[in-house]
Amino acid sequence: MTLPEHARYTWGGDEFLVVEIAPDMSLEANFVANSIATRIEERELPGIVDICPANASLLIRFNPDELPYMDLERHVRDVDVEVRKATEGVLETRVFEVPVWYDDPYTRATGAKFREGYHQDPSGTDLEYAAHVNGLADAQEFVRRHHERPWIVSMVGFVAGLPFLYQLAPLSEQLEVPKYLSPRTDTPPLTVGIGGCFTAHYSVRGAGGYQMLGIAPAPIYDPEQKLADFTDFSVLFKTGDIVKYRPVNEAEYREIEEQVQAGTYRYKQASVTFSLTEALDDIDGHNRKLLEALNVA
Amino acid sequence: MSLEIIKPGLSTTVQDRGRFGYYRYGIPQGGAMDQYAAALANRIVGNTADDALLECSYLGPKISIDSDALISVTGAPIDVLVNGVEVEQNARLELEAGDELSFGVIKGGTKFFIAVAGGIDVPEALGSRSTYPIGRIGGLEGRALIAGDTLPVGLPHPESLPRLERVPKDMLPEYSRSMRVRVMVGLYDHKLTDEGLRNLTEAEWTLTPVADRMGLRFDGPGVEWKDEPQPFGAGQDPSNITDAGYPVGSIQIPGGTQPIVLHYDAVSGGGYAQAGTVISADMDLFARMSPGTKVRFVPVDMEEALAARAEARARFDRIWS
Repeated sequence: MTLPEHARYTWGGDEFLVVEIAPDMSLEANFVANSIATRIEERELPGIVDICPANASLLIRFNPDELPYMDLERHVRDVDVEVRKATEGVLETRVFEVPVWYDDPYTRATGAKFREGYHQDPSGTDLEYAAHVNGLADAQEFVRRHHERPWIVSMVGFVAGLPFLYQLAPLSEQLEVPKYLSPRTDTPPLTVGIGGCFTAHYSVRGAGGYQMLGIAPAPIYDPEQKLADFTDFSVLFKTGDIVKYRPVNEAEYREIEEQVQAGTYRYKQASVTFSLTEALDDIDGHNRKLLEALNVA
Repeated sequence: MSLEIIKPGLSTTVQDRGRFGYYRYGIPQGGAMDQYAAALANRIVGNTADDALLECSYLGPKISIDSDALISVTGAPIDVLVNGVEVEQNARLELEAGDELSFGVIKGGTKFFIAVAGGIDVPEALGSRSTYPIGRIGGLEGRALIAGDTLPVGLPHPESLPRLERVPKDMLPEYSRSMRVRVMVGLYDHKLTDEGLRNLTEAEWTLTPVADRMGLRFDGPGVEWKDEPQPFGAGQDPSNITDAGYPVGSIQIPGGTQPIVLHYDAVSGGGYAQAGTVISADMDLFARMSPGTKVRFVPVDMEEALAARAEARARFDRIWS
């Protein structure tokens, strides 16, 4: 692995431990962060309030009255060593197909409202800007690059059920864009955006600083749990889930919207095994395998 | 029994001790922004510390009550009126069916609390009645109250539950225009220049009007982030990090200008570096600050933070003793 040899441990007041696996993003760092989170959870330590795996770090909330902070640190350091020794980086997870209407009128209109003072290039659209900073021919080319390879949910957070996703692509082909100069006060619900190297799929309406690419017709957070995909919980995505975005046109967007309204919409999804080793050896080969599972589901 | 909201006030929400265990999904803890003041309100009317109450900001609501009820108002000092007549704050109030509760002008802080015997009996969402407006859960329909809302009240607890006639003076929270808030520096403080970190912990900061349950923004000399190459994935600004989880109470400084203290409804993660975290014992203080309040962020270590936590806990337990 190309990670720093040791994670960085730092305290967020008397209730939070932050473990930074690496300052920069990589599949390896994300995998270690998630594996530590899972193994800490398995230890069922009394006094753990929440375990929040993030992109290249994890956040653990604890009650220091029940779990002395030095004990927590000792447990996490143990698990950290265990995880890095483990030879098989394998994750039993799910793959989802997620429709997106790229370059839609909703995010376009919102983008137009937040230009001067918010955006690096007030004269254009977010998509044109994203294409430009990545040296791509045009917005369509950026859209193609965005959905041609799948993404892995590397973190859930910000607001209820919002996933951050990292593209399963070689480092040389990662898309990377700056966040807005100053965050927007509004983002349409279900906007798909990009900031740094991450896609953020905005679960609800609200503030946001990522460049907006398009909008999805189906919810990923359903507090009333009306749709079948939300029977167990109001949040669709977990860290480690794989997402393949599929571009749709307006007609199909409306059609899916109607199914959502009628309560009949289901995401196309399948169970898959993600292998870190395979992904690092031959990312596109491993991607094909993951997506095959989706086609037979 | 129920409360009818005649006027909602600026932002009145149902809150309790908060929602824990869902932070990993981006769902914040929520809960009364001044847990100590909220516990006092509950204690006066004979509730438990877990009962839900109303948290009001600046401008109070106008409420009518459909049955005889015990209520209390604690927190930020404000004139409390029953049928237009001033009554005592921080004391037990016996209201009769049809009485109207309203408020004058707030005289310090921002948050005050209204408890009613039996507690606000909206359904729990993920283990709490606290309102989370962005996620549309908790409270009444997951939102701040509006005129015409009717809030159910639970059955008062058995007489055996002790209650407090009025809050002794030495137990009242303090509302000052100048405060010391203890912080543990850390998280991404290594990304600040030495002078930047000194500014944060030694300079005086002024609370701006940009302050709510999500976060509070402070004005001052700013801080400087080191101009170093940014790690892949983080974003170009030196105050950016690879998106990570945010501790409750952590202090982020986007662009290096205004520190923002994240409070109970804040986002659970993101890509701005944080230079430290307010200790749990001092989180209530932010509900007691109004814009213009001068604040010093005083650095403490873990042992001092834990001692302060134990002290705060003892103060809290005294309410119920």
